[in-house]
Order: sequence, then structure tokens, then C-alpha cells
Amino acid sequence: MTEVIATNQTILVVGGGISGLTAALEAAETGKQVVLVEKRPFVGGRITQLYKYFPKLCFPTCGLEINQRRAKMNPNLTIISMAEVTEVQGEAGDYSATIKISPRYVNENCTGCGDCTRAVEAEFDNEFNYGLGGMSKRKGAYLPHKMAHPQRYVLDPRIIGTEDADKAKAACKVNAIDLEMQEETLTFKAGAIVWATGWRPYDANKIQPYGYDRFANVITNVEFERMADPQGPTGGKLLRPSDGKEAKHVAFIQCAGSRDHNHLLHCSRICCMATLKQTHFVQDAWGDDGKSTIYYIDIRAIDRFEDFYTRVKNNPNVSFIKSKVASITENSENGNPVLHGVDVESYNRDGNGGYDRYATEYDLVVLAVGMEPSVDKGTFPVDISINEEGFIEPAPENGGVFAAGCASDALDVNRAVQQATGAALRAIQVVNRVAGTEGQ
Amino acid sequence: MADEKKFAGYICTGCGIGERLDAGQLETIATRDGKMQSCRQHEMLCSKEGVQTIRDDIANEGVTHIMIAACSRRAKVEAFNFTEVAMSRANLREGVIWVRPDTDENRETTQEMADDYIRMACAEVKFMTQPTGSGEQELNKQILVVGGGITGMTAALETAAAGYPVHIVEKSGVLGGHAGGYYKSIPTRSPYAEPQDTGISQMIADVEANDSITVHLNSTLARTEGAPGRFNAEIATESGSSETLSFGAIIQATGFKLYDPSALPQYAYDKSADVVTNEELEGLVMQADGGPIKRPSDGKAVESVAFVQNVGQNSTEENELPYHSGIGDMIAIKQAMYFKELNGNCDTTILFDNLRTPGAAGEDFYRAGQQKMITFSKGAVTEVVPGSTLEVKFKDLILNDDATMQCDLVVLDVGMMPNTGPDPYAQLAVEEAEDEAEKEKARALLENAPPSILNLEYRQGTDLPHLKYGFTDSHFICFPYETRRTGIYAAGPTRRPMDMRQAADDAAGAAMKAIQAAENAGKGRAAHPRSGDLSFPSFRKEGCTQCKRCTVECPFGAINEDEKRYPIFNEARCRRCGTCMGACPVRVISFENYSVDTVGQQIKNVEVPEEWDEKPRILVLACENDAYPALDQSAMNGVEITQWARVVPVRCLGSISLSWITDSLNNGYDGIVLMGCQKGEDYQCHFVKGSEMGLERMSKVGDTLQTLNLEPERVASYEVAITDIQRAPKLINDMAETVQNIGMSPFKF
Repeated sequence: MTEVIATNQTILVVGGGISGLTAALEAAETGKQVVLVEKRPFVGGRITQLYKYFPKLCFPTCGLEINQRRAKMNPNLTIISMAEVTEVQGEAGDYSATIKISPRYVNENCTGCGDCTRAVEAEFDNEFNYGLGGMSKRKGAYLPHKMAHPQRYVLDPRIIGTEDADKAKAACKVNAIDLEMQEETLTFKAGAIVWATGWRPYDANKIQPYGYDRFANVITNVEFERMADPQGPTGGKLLRPSDGKEAKHVAFIQCAGSRDHNHLLHCSRICCMATLKQTHFVQDAWGDDGKSTIYYIDIRAIDRFEDFYTRVKNNPNVSFIKSKVASITENSENGNPVLHGVDVESYNRDGNGGYDRYATEYDLVVLAVGMEPSVDKGTFPVDISINEEGFIEPAPENGGVFAAGCASDALDVNRAVQQATGAALRAIQVVNRVAGTEGQ
Repeated sequence: MADEKKFAGYICTGCGIGERLDAGQLETIATRDGKMQSCRQHEMLCSKEGVQTIRDDIANEGVTHIMIAACSRRAKVEAFNFTEVAMSRANLREGVIWVRPDTDENRETTQEMADDYIRMACAEVKFMTQPTGSGEQELNKQILVVGGGITGMTAALETAAAGYPVHIVEKSGVLGGHAGGYYKSIPTRSPYAEPQDTGISQMIADVEANDSITVHLNSTLARTEGAPGRFNAEIATESGSSETLSFGAIIQATGFKLYDPSALPQYAYDKSADVVTNEELEGLVMQADGGPIKRPSDGKAVESVAFVQNVGQNSTEENELPYHSGIGDMIAIKQAMYFKELNGNCDTTILFDNLRTPGAAGEDFYRAGQQKMITFSKGAVTEVVPGSTLEVKFKDLILNDDATMQCDLVVLDVGMMPNTGPDPYAQLAVEEAEDEAEKEKARALLENAPPSILNLEYRQGTDLPHLKYGFTDSHFICFPYETRRTGIYAAGPTRRPMDMRQAADDAAGAAMKAIQAAENAGKGRAAHPRSGDLSFPSFRKEGCTQCKRCTVECPFGAINEDEKRYPIFNEARCRRCGTCMGACPVRVISFENYSVDTVGQQIKNVEVPEEWDEKPRILVLACENDAYPALDQSAMNGVEITQWARVVPVRCLGSISLSWITDSLNNGYDGIVLMGCQKGEDYQCHFVKGSEMGLERMSKVGDTLQTLNLEPERVASYEVAITDIQRAPKLINDMAETVQNIGMSPFKF
């Protein structure tokens, strides 16, 4: 059984992505008791699935290593993974939270040795690689990624009751596999709550004219990130899903499902920079043979990052077309996606005015899908003020619940961390007030 | 006896260690060579029972130093967390058995590898002391906020709300900053459709009414000295009086100034009173006092207005800004709405290039603007012609046509520039210049520098270092508040262009870091990235040659000099990277848990076989933040590493003492591989300049090799990233190949 020692001076952080992890660590390192609840089997959230960050083109795991070291060493922080908050009652300074913990089938004896993975045969699509999961499967007993924290394996529930589960159990020398593990429900106290449930990529299937569900070579920006990662499904090679052909001519479609009444109303802020960054992946992979074309409405590089945009603009292998792509078809002979639409600034290419129609083929199309809040409106287990787009509003009526990171708006990592740090303070204010009345 | 040292070794035989290695031999090595007074084996040392065994020995046997031979120091950290004793870890799993093939012909060399790691860990722990803090720490909960604009006031209110007293030092005679002169602000709450009250008057009232906040108007910092927990700041008023107060931490919220469009004659800013900046427009609206906005030249109510966006921003031209404020379009929409509200049927046109209205708030506000019939036109303005009616010439970027429009007023979207002090490294450059010409150049750069804000009495200059374009930020991505001056946090537009809502959020974050810094300084705990480390550098004064390398090279400006140029270490400013230790040519600087000896003795205790054994030894000094985790991950992937390698994690490449290199070469090592993080503008070093300092020093190691008559390729330094899972082992294996090609070191004996 999982045990949690928590009081009205405890801070509950919901979500262990970069925002939640930051808020939890900042509060814990200020001496506060923190319980972090994360849905996935590991902390770090979506940044673990990114290959590089903009604007430094550095690696997310670099900062994650430091944050995880902070987490491992801090006795004030309790991390509960594979758990979700199902209910919150009470008010600022006196909350009662109920969480549901899914069975991992692996207990804390696990040393991370990997014997279970070697013993198990069943393979599944690797969700870590989003829709490209089928390109590199994972075993039914697995560590989600090489730096996963807690460094503890997971058994896929689909192998429970099969021979594989017994094989895994037999292979484990430290008695870490518990096939009888059940879902647990736990209720504990908290004085303040940091809500950091983050975002998910907008479902590209909903953008019907782009054929994400029909054309193998139309992928999303988060999938492209996995593709560029040497730890990803293609070993870091830009190979298109349909036939493994080298993807040298890549089109990026901005605002795919964003700034759009039919889809997401908001601008996700990060997608322009993400695409500008991803043109570097094409350039790095193929040199002058790699060509990137960006279809955009506005390029929003945002404040200091404009110089990054300027540098990409100066790359002769990257071109920009101001156009909302109307539809994508497929050339059935070679599997190339064909983009159709109207170039509203075609004079940039032909010197003449007017709106030119285009039908252009590429090896691969990357949809720059936006961020939507990962908790659906109306399903929040806590009474909280949500705006039309589904993000949490900075409202006094939220009491002792404070949004951090992308639960509050579409933010890049830098802003999410900044915002999460502030959220940690607001939670501390509440528990310090409780301490003031209860005594430390 | 409380201070008697007692050494104990623990060897884990789990995870295949027992099957692959002769644990009995490892135990013998730990006690015989490693001089552990006791040594136990356990089949799963990280289990509750295993850990309890260690705890019992600490409690009952008086063990003070423990050597754990098991997995990587990055694994099972929670289990092996004994805060009361000194501890070293021999990495037998990721470091040995996972990187060597399980075959008979490799058994001997694999065991030798493990034997050496036991010797190394024993030697390391012998020279370690469990750190306890310096005793110079103080808990001072009072926070200093510099700047009384929206950022500063928010920081003060948020800090006070957490129970910490605050002092605000504001240069001008009023609180409120820029926003104090604004009619309204961009909306901060859904539905993001109308400009809203700035809330500044209420905020000023809240600050003034708050018992925990003291405001010093017309005041500046004449002098700031000390460290987190014990900053002493002399607050000087315009009238000449001053007082010195103590603070735990400092928040710099000194805001911004606006770009002066006079530098761009095409906009006729100097020629026509009816061409104004966006901030000047706020003044016109305030003057209008609820009536129609009037143009400055003749007081006519404005009937048409053009907003010229992106003036002097996002440019590669000299004297223009290479970045963009990012908020100018939101301001233009807000201000166009002023005209819709106050000037009836006023024509409002926003001439933009890329419209920047990000997030949910941005797009909602943009749509609200469209609904209010604001005209958005994608156009690049080429000229504003002054006259009784202004003529704006622009290129229509959609139609690719030259176009003109007439209007009563032109509003220029000018960029925000940070209010920062002079870059300390520009100050240091003058001193560090090697000749007079270079010195002169460095001085010229400083001439246009702004006056100091913090007036820090720091060896490395008076203010926060700049990151880019004069902003005082420290880090673009993961750790946005970690400046290079511990305990001093920048917030608001002084560190990045931002609007009021972001500035308020930013202020809360900086307040968080400030109270954390104050609390940790009170306990002697290090700040990021070695959070919680209680060790601190100390030096042997009699050996010090007052060479100043440590005081100049510390990436955090933590070390001052006394009047005789001896270093003064400020524990609470130190980030424990060890760059000072690496810089010290006479090896007098050390930490209790990391020193020239803790690493040097590991190197010395590796058994170097005779030349004819043909078993080379390759020393790998790997940064613990990136290269070492990369090696751990390659071990998880089963990537082989040469059996000749002996890997020692270091805190930072900058902490590497040249003596380790010379000693290992003298001891007969055949090759040395150094792995640090990427340096330069897009640096990835967690200590910012540490790896750069280290790589710079190592570039001079050729002289040492020459003196010893050794081939230069025996020492190689690399920038290694945490993702170099394939490359990092390859670099080590390449050295093995190099040694094979050039032959063994002649220095074996």
C-alpha cells in the first residue's frame, strides 16, 4: 500500500511535467512538504519526448537530469507516479484530495536491471513515440525511457494474466514484480494545490482536409521531434513512415488546428519556434539537399527569439509561404503528400502580384499542431475558473489552487517554468498562513 | 571519540555483479588496498535490509565513512542517502559489468576494472569529510526589491504575503513605474475583449498599507556587499542621507526604457508633433481625461490614426534592436480600442508585418479588435510625411503594391530596452586585457555603459551579468531565474521584454527564488544546481600565492579579495562547481567532499600495470551533469567501453586541476579523455562558464606533454552532451585505439 503523510501544510502538485516538477522542487527546496502526483510512470512530462529545445538547440534531458537529481535528493518531496487526482474537497488551507493509483506491477525493490524486459516477449506500439510508436515497439515490461525517474520498470497491463507476466516475475531476482497489485485509492490532506496538468497535442485527425489519418507521410510536429531524436523510432534519421525513404523535402504547416474557429481558437505560441527549430533538423540531416518550406499565417517568434527567426530566414534551404493550406492529397505513385492552396504573397517567388494557386509535392509533411489543455473542460475534479479555450484563469475564486505552466496558457518551457515558480510561491503563501495559525 | 574516523565498505552482489565479478576479491581489495576497517557483501544492498545494515553500522559501530560498491551514483540515490556520513560509490554495474562483454577472455580485465573502482572509491572517501556548513550562515528573512514599478510592487506584495518583510527602493519619487502613466492595460482575464483598468492605484495603495513593506522613494543603492543571508545595502536618498540595512536576498525589478525613434528619420518623429510613440499616446489619452484624444500639434480630435508596428525592432541594422518586444501588437490593439471608445467613428489602422498576438489571451483580443472594426493591414511603412494631415507611405505586403494613407496621428510601436547596470564582464575585461590597445578597446565599450544599479562590492563588477542584448537574464530555458549572482534575482522587463501580466507572474517567481535563497542561506545550503550541498570552498592561506585566478574565474563572482589579494570565499554566493579549485595553480583550494585529493587519490590508486603487460590505462574525467549520465545511459544500452578506461565523475570540467593530468601522466597512464559541456553562446554548462574555463586550460596542456616528451594525442578534451549515448563511449574507445597506435606510456614503473 502506498502511504502518504500529509497535513494542511502540505502542498499538492498535480502533474509532474516540467511545470509541476519545477513548482514541486522550488517549494520543497524552501523547506515545504510536497506531494507530487503524476499520471505517467515517470516525471518530466512531454519535454522528455522532445529532441531539442529552442533557441539554444540544446537537449531537454540536460536540465531534466538536474531536476531529477534535485528530486532524488530532497526528502521533502514525495512523488507518486501512475496516479491521478479524482476529487478535491475543501478550501484554501484545508483541502482533502483523493487520488487513484494504477497498478505498475513493479514495486520499489526494482533495481532497474532490465531482466524482466529481456524475459518478456510481447511487444506493443511505443506510446513514447506518439503515432510513430509502431516504427519501434517496446516490450510488455519496460522502462519508458532511459532517464525515466523513478528508475523503475512498468508492466503493461495487457500482459497481466499471460505467460509473459509469469516470465517477468520469474526473471526478477529482487522480488520486485507483484502481479497481484491492484488499483489503489488514497485520500490525504493538503493546504494548497498547484495544478500543472499541462497540454496535449491537438488531435490531428480532426483536421480532415490534411489527411493525417489517411496519409502515412503526414505527421505531427511532436512525432517529427521523436523522428529526429537518435533515441527515437528511426534512430534519429528523417525517414518517412510509408516506405522508409529519406525525407529531404519537408513541408511544415503552421497553425494546424490553431487560430481556427473549427478547432482551437487560440494561438499556441510555441509552434512557430518549434518549426523554425525543426528546420535545423532537416538542415543537419541533409545539408543543402534538405529543403524546408513553412506555410504560415504569421510567424510569431516572440521577443528575444526573433533573432532565431532571422537566422532561419537567412538559410537559403528554408522558404516561407504565407498561406493557410487548403488540403492535402497523396500522389499514389510515390506516396508524396501534395499540398493545395493559395499563396497570398506569390510575388515573393514570381515577382508578379496576385494570388497564385499551388499544388506542391513533398517527401514529408509536418503538421505544427497546437497545444490544448490536457484536462477537458468540465472534467476538472476541482472547482476552478476555466476560460473558453480550456485554460485555467488566474482567478481569486480559485482559492488555494494555482495553475502552473500550460494548464494556464499555451507556453514554452521557459515561460512555463517561470510561471510554475510563481505558482509555488502562491502555494507557499497559503501553507505559511496555515502554519501561522496552527503553529509550525 | 566523536571525531574518530571509521571506514566501512559495502559490496552489492545483486544485478549480476556477484555472477560477473569475484566479490570475495573485491572485499579483499577494499580491506587490504582500500584500508576499509570493515567490509560487507549484500545480495541486494539497496533493499530495506541492505540499507538497514548500513544504518546499523553507522548507529552502532560508529562508522563515519562508507564506500558503496554497487550501481551508478545516479541510481538508488534515495536508498543510499546517508546524510550523516561521508560516502563514495564505486560504479560496478553501469561502470563495469554493463559495459563489458560476459565472456571468458574478458573476465580478467573486467575484474581488474572493478578492483580499480573499489580502490578509487576507497581512496576518495578517505579524503572526504561529510560537510556541515561554514557556520557563517545567517537567516535573514528580509528581502530587498529594487524598483517600484508593477514588477517591483508585485514582488514586494507576493513576498510579504508569504510572511517575509520587504523593502522597496525606487529611484523616482513615486511608485507605479511606466504603467502608472497608462490609461488602461491589456486584459488579463477572460474574455480578453476590452482594455481593463491597470490596477496600479490599487496596487500602490496595497503596498503603502502593507505593514511588512517599507518603501524608499527617491532612493538608490549606493553600495551592496555581502552574500545571500547577509547582504548589506546602503540605501541613499536624493537628499544625501543614507541608511544601511541587511537583507537575505535581492530582487532586481528595474524595468525598461523605450527605444528612441529619433534615430530613424523616415518616421518623422522629430519633425511632426503628431508622430508619437505608443507610450506617449498613453499620455495623450490621460490628458484627454475621458474626452476625445486630441493630436498634439493643434488639439484637433483625432479622426484617423495609423499604428506603425515593429519600429526599429527585429532588425539587423546598427542602432536598431535585434529582438522584438513581442507585445507591441497587443498594445496597438488596446490603443486602437481607446480611439473606438473615446473618438467615436475614428479610423484605426494597424500596419503590421507578423501579427504577434500569442496564447489564448492574444487571439481573443485580436478577434475582439476585428469585431470593433480595427483595420489590420499587412504593410511595411517606408516613410511618414509630415503635414497638417500625415501621409504614411507603405508597401502593401499582400498586394505587393506601394500604398499611402492619410491620418491625423501616427503611433510608433517602439521596442523595450532593459534598464540594467553595466555588464560586470565588460568591467573585468579592462583589467584582464593583455596589452594597452586591448585595454583601451575594453574601456571604450564601457564608456556608453549605464550607471550601476546594485553597486555590488564584488570582485567581478558591480551588477548582474548580461545574457544577451543587455538583458540580465541567466538562462534561456530550464532555470529562468538562476542568475550568475547567487541570491540576486531579476524580474520583469529587465530580463526579457514582457507585458504587465507576465511581469506580475515573473515577479512572483523571483519572489519565490528570493525567499528560497534566504532560507537556504540560513542553513548553509547551496543554490541551484547543487541544491542543498553543504560543502563550501576553503583554502590553505600559507600556500596561496595571491595569483587571483580563482577570484577572476569563478563563474558566479562569489570570491572577493582582501587587501592583500587573498581570496575571500563567500559560502552563500558559491555554487560549488569547483572552478576555483581547477583554477588554483598551487592546489590550495578544496571542498570537504571534493578536493584535489578526493580525485587525485583516485587517480593514484588505480593499479597501473607494467609496460610489458600491455594493459594500458585511460583516465576519463567526465562532467557529472552531462557526460556521466550519457555514459550511464550507454551502459543501459549495453554499449561497450574499453576495459582500459577508468572513469571519474567531476563536478564540472572547470574543476579539473592540471595536477590530476600531470600526476596521471607521471604515473604511467597512457591516455586521458576529458568530457565537459558545450561552451560559447549556446552554452550547456550548468555552471555557465565552468566548462569554457576548463577547456581553455586544457588547451594549454600540450606544454606539459611536451615537457614530459609525450605525444599530444594522449590527452583529448571534448564537449559532450547528455544525449551523446553513442558518442561518449566511442570517444573513450578511440583513445584506446590511439594508445594502441602510438604505444604505451614510457612512464610506467
